[in-house]
Amino acid sequence: MITAVAALALLALVLAFGLAMAARIFAVETDPRAEKIEETLPGANCGACGLPGCSELARRIAEGKASVDACPVGGEAVARKIALIMDMQFAGGGERQVAMVLCNGTDQVAARRFFYNGVWDCASAALVFGGDKACTYGCLGFGTCAAVCPFGAIDMIEGGLAVVDPDRCTGCTKCVQACPRGIIRMVPASRRVHILCSNHEKGAAARKKCSVACIACQKCVKAAPEGAIAMDNMLAVVNYEIEIPDAVAAECPMSTIVVRPPASQAAAAGGEG
Amino acid sequence: MGGGRFFGGVHPRYNKDLAASKRIEEMPMPARLVVHFAQNLGAPSKPVVKKGDTVLKGQVIAEAGGFVSTPVHAPTSGTVESIDLFPSPVGVDAPAAVIVPDGEDRWADGCNVERPGPEPDAEKIKEIVHDAGIVGMGGATFPTHVKLSPPPEKKVDLLVINGAECEPFLTADHRLMVEQAEGILDGAALFAKVIGVSRVVVAIEKNKPDAIETMRRAAASREGFSVEAMDVIYPQGAEKQLIFALTRRRVPAGGLPMDVGVLVQNVGTCFAAHEAVRRSIPLIRRVVTVTGAGVREPKNVLARIGTTFEDLIAFCGGLEDDAAKCINGGPMMGVAQYSLEAAVTKGTSGVVLLRRDQVGQFVSDPCIRCARCVEACPMRLNPSMLSILAERMRFEEAGAYNVMDCIECGCCAYVCPSRRPMVHHFRRAKAEVRKLQRKAG
Repeated sequence: MITAVAALALLALVLAFGLAMAARIFAVETDPRAEKIEETLPGANCGACGLPGCSELARRIAEGKASVDACPVGGEAVARKIALIMDMQFAGGGERQVAMVLCNGTDQVAARRFFYNGVWDCASAALVFGGDKACTYGCLGFGTCAAVCPFGAIDMIEGGLAVVDPDRCTGCTKCVQACPRGIIRMVPASRRVHILCSNHEKGAAARKKCSVACIACQKCVKAAPEGAIAMDNMLAVVNYEIEIPDAVAAECPMSTIVVRPPASQAAAAGGEG
Repeated sequence: MGGGRFFGGVHPRYNKDLAASKRIEEMPMPARLVVHFAQNLGAPSKPVVKKGDTVLKGQVIAEAGGFVSTPVHAPTSGTVESIDLFPSPVGVDAPAAVIVPDGEDRWADGCNVERPGPEPDAEKIKEIVHDAGIVGMGGATFPTHVKLSPPPEKKVDLLVINGAECEPFLTADHRLMVEQAEGILDGAALFAKVIGVSRVVVAIEKNKPDAIETMRRAAASREGFSVEAMDVIYPQGAEKQLIFALTRRRVPAGGLPMDVGVLVQNVGTCFAAHEAVRRSIPLIRRVVTVTGAGVREPKNVLARIGTTFEDLIAFCGGLEDDAAKCINGGPMMGVAQYSLEAAVTKGTSGVVLLRRDQVGQFVSDPCIRCARCVEACPMRLNPSMLSILAERMRFEEAGAYNVMDCIECGCCAYVCPSRRPMVHHFRRAKAEVRKLQRKAG
């Protein structure tokens, strides 16, 4: 009995000594700031910064290889906190950006030209004659963007159309990369007036495919402040640097221009929690 | 050699009796022709005509857009009415010229004449094949002159003439072999001369005994030529499978037949080369099988490139009342069309019309890992795993599982009890892997 206890105690002592030595000799130097930064980051591991996860970004920031505002999801609030940890000045970035799907063509207004029965995914559907939607620029509506959104900020509304909720959107741009049509654009969260069309076809052709398509009549260009809306190859495009009054939307004969409530103030401030 | 098999494969219902005994009929001139500019795999051809131009039969309307590209010729004389986007039967909307025939069908200078001068040498044949716009007519539309230009370190010792025609319903190659055996073999001899091989094997599936017989008789007088009867199994006509069945040589992953010393040419391609070299006729027409229960009189039609499916079907008695689906090519690898505006291209070997009761609509269920697709895959891939990876958008891993070696034959989807759209998954994965490869440089 005593031998056994003594043997185990001795063994425990020897192993404890070994562990203590190993901890000294093989200790890995970590930057304590990296841990703090990681706690500050949102922790969604969404990959929006282009790195494998939040801990990798934290390490890079601590090493000075990434800027304090490298996390697009955390936005300004997180950037300020990280700047404090890093003992750096943060001048404040631009306005918070949110994603906007530049298409308003639900099945009620935009025609589909054939019955699609393939893989339920936008990029796959686009491989078959460019998709079943008659408009080859518009939202295909199979929800690939909603599926990749790590924050559940994209709703697929009835009639097959993706709509981003600006309050839930963190601006990670994953949907922008996932959309095979390339019609999701990052816009300042406070803006209200949007042109929800991406069709570059001539007016008559676009109108045939969708009743809310931009027909390039240029009425909005004249009604909006100088330079706020420009024509790009048969399509009116908003320059979000200039604010557009709500009244401009009423000028559009196709109801392509819409007024959307901007992101609520709480979300725009950077979102605690 | 002969009667060989490869790993995997399936036995779909062939339905070839609908049109197998119908002689090739030349179609009368349609009211308009929609000629696509991109008719080959590789770089698209560059249009050289504009709206309002008048063209002659055989005149070049689009030039080769690079080495891996071919010119496109006007299929008749007439006026270019417009240039616009049209549904190309391979599954994209692409620019095409609408040509309104003037009814005179006048040839351009130097076309449709006996080629004067001495027998052309290898270089000259290659040049003629390029200028005639000849591509692989089995459906892949790979420019033939590129296939005929193997790098000097690759020694090719066998030319295989592919008359397997394993795709269900289609009988275009079958009829061509029965009716134009001499022309096909002459084209094959020209190819053999270009790449310097003495051994030529014509491979035909056993379900075409009349074609085997005709080709055997025609080949008897030619030295080095033989005809092999192949087992009836899909996809016997796929290049890599056919090579293995004939020679037990395995084309390496990502490799080409020339890596194992073989060149494969479709019978239609051989005939096109024969017409181009002997009679100076560029590739402006081809045999198209119009068949299936959805069309009143299934036929093998000699149609001009650019003939719309609508005109083709009208020539074959029109649609049955309950016709529901139109496929460019056969049911295994073909692409369903959404519009009969689609027009015959150099790769259109058939148009299959199916009735409503023959068309199923399936919902894709989860993979139950029964591994039937693994047994069926002639490329020895793991389609089950690949489809799951593609579904979860794990494209890098799909690349590591060799999705790029998929030949899109559809055997996996054919046997899948969960009705999974396997090939569609793989096409997506291949597109994404290509994107990743481009990004990696």
